[in-house]
Amino acid sequence: MSAIPKLEWRGVEKRFGTKTPVLRHLDLSVAAGRSLVIIGGSGQGKSVTIKIAAGLMRPDAGQVLIDGQDIVGLNGRGRLRLAARMGMLFQGAALFDSLSVWENIAFRLINADHVPRKVAKMRALEALDRVRLGRQYADLYPSELSGGMQKRVGLARAVVSNPEIIFFDEPTTGLDPITGRAINALIVEQVKSLGCTAVSITHDLESAQTIGDEIAMLQDGAIVWRGPADQLDRSGNAYVDQFVRGDAEGPITPRARLARVSLRDSNPA
Amino acid sequence: MSSVPIALQPVRAVGRSFLGLLHTIGAVSAFAGRGIGAMVTAPWFAGQLGRQIIGIGYFSLPVVGLTAVFTGAALALNIYTGGGRFNAEQIMPQIVALGITRELGPVLAALMLAGRVSAAIAAEIGAMRATEQIDALQTLSTDPYRYLIAPRLMAAILMLPLLTLTADIIGISGGWLVAVKTLDFNPTVYIRNTWDFLQSWDVISGLIKAAVFGFIVALMGCYHGFNATGGARGVGRATTHAVVSAAILIFAADYLLTSLFTHK
Repeated sequence: MSAIPKLEWRGVEKRFGTKTPVLRHLDLSVAAGRSLVIIGGSGQGKSVTIKIAAGLMRPDAGQVLIDGQDIVGLNGRGRLRLAARMGMLFQGAALFDSLSVWENIAFRLINADHVPRKVAKMRALEALDRVRLGRQYADLYPSELSGGMQKRVGLARAVVSNPEIIFFDEPTTGLDPITGRAINALIVEQVKSLGCTAVSITHDLESAQTIGDEIAMLQDGAIVWRGPADQLDRSGNAYVDQFVRGDAEGPITPRARLARVSLRDSNPA
Repeated sequence: MSSVPIALQPVRAVGRSFLGLLHTIGAVSAFAGRGIGAMVTAPWFAGQLGRQIIGIGYFSLPVVGLTAVFTGAALALNIYTGGGRFNAEQIMPQIVALGITRELGPVLAALMLAGRVSAAIAAEIGAMRATEQIDALQTLSTDPYRYLIAPRLMAAILMLPLLTLTADIIGISGGWLVAVKTLDFNPTVYIRNTWDFLQSWDVISGLIKAAVFGFIVALMGCYHGFNATGGARGVGRATTHAVVSAAILIFAADYLLTSLFTHK
């Protein structure tokens, strides 16, 4: 295994306005080919963490390194080039309403990679097969699909151009347990077959243990525990134990949670 | 928080508002700069531009046409009545033509577009922001300014002059219809008077205004939609702000351009 992590957050800080920082000196890394899941309560900065790594948000301080190269100072074009190495499955799938399923999947191929539409459509259909959504859905629009189907299309869009790093933002939120498990299985399968590095955020612990090789817990803008996915239940960390048990009693106080939740209204753009 | 004496609190409020205004002007200017930059440099998204041209231009034709015909007709009646006070009813065709081409055609077409297009743009882009579709664009190596903003700006700048030209023709026709059908004007003489009187600059100055108004309409829709926050309520707020700010800026730009053109 290479000594240089595939992706690393080094001393990353982020605050919105004058409020309490969402991230305070975040240090975290993930090795190439590994799947890291970040867990934590609502408003703890999980989304901000992956949005910073995906180049959607700039940190106030610190570095984000991909293969040892800092990406924070990249300009518009540099960021778009960087994005070509990444894929992302959004919480609500974030499919483009005005485009059909196959056009959504082939979006990057057509608009950024300038692949001919015919070839792009073929690759989109293959991606639909990979996420086990029939080709008969290719010409439908996102509004005609269920939440689970939209997630599959979002996953197909994220993997179609074989990214080096994939981000999964709450991949099972809003799905029934059966669909959620199916999505988890697809994520594991796709990440393995692509051999890519994956970073996911979730507060679904079953999902975290299924898709992650490692799990890190984010609390008050910093990592308070990190370990193998199968050790989540015996971490020996008070924050993790409380989170796993879902108890009201413990170091994660309702007051701290409320303070965080209020930050979610801040514009991250 | 620092304590400010009560007597100075109004000063602080004024200062805060002024700073807020400067911040907004700066933010809109930076946004416009990025939009223009994306508009004048490759790559362009021709499909998006085509879609916007149809949405902004073609689908606005009925509302602009109806506004123009009724405005032309009402203008003809008013000028006829007003002119009658000093026996100058016969100048009605010329005044209708001048009023429509230089002022009412571009301004009314722009206001109709502010209501129809600016609001639609703000709602669409605001909803895209709320559902992370704009973030998704970036993760798909696509610059949102090139894919979303530039085509809308370009389409509005191209289409509003064409809509204005249509409004000019329909508005003058509205005046002609009233003059001929209810005021006993001779149809041929009315048209000849209009044609002989109009100078090309009357029409061109209106079209230049329309291009500027088109930019304003699209810019306000894009800016407020792009910066929408707070879910559905935020999208609603963005829509309202887009329409109101577009309308105000259209009137302000109209005055500035008119004074510029009349000093020419």
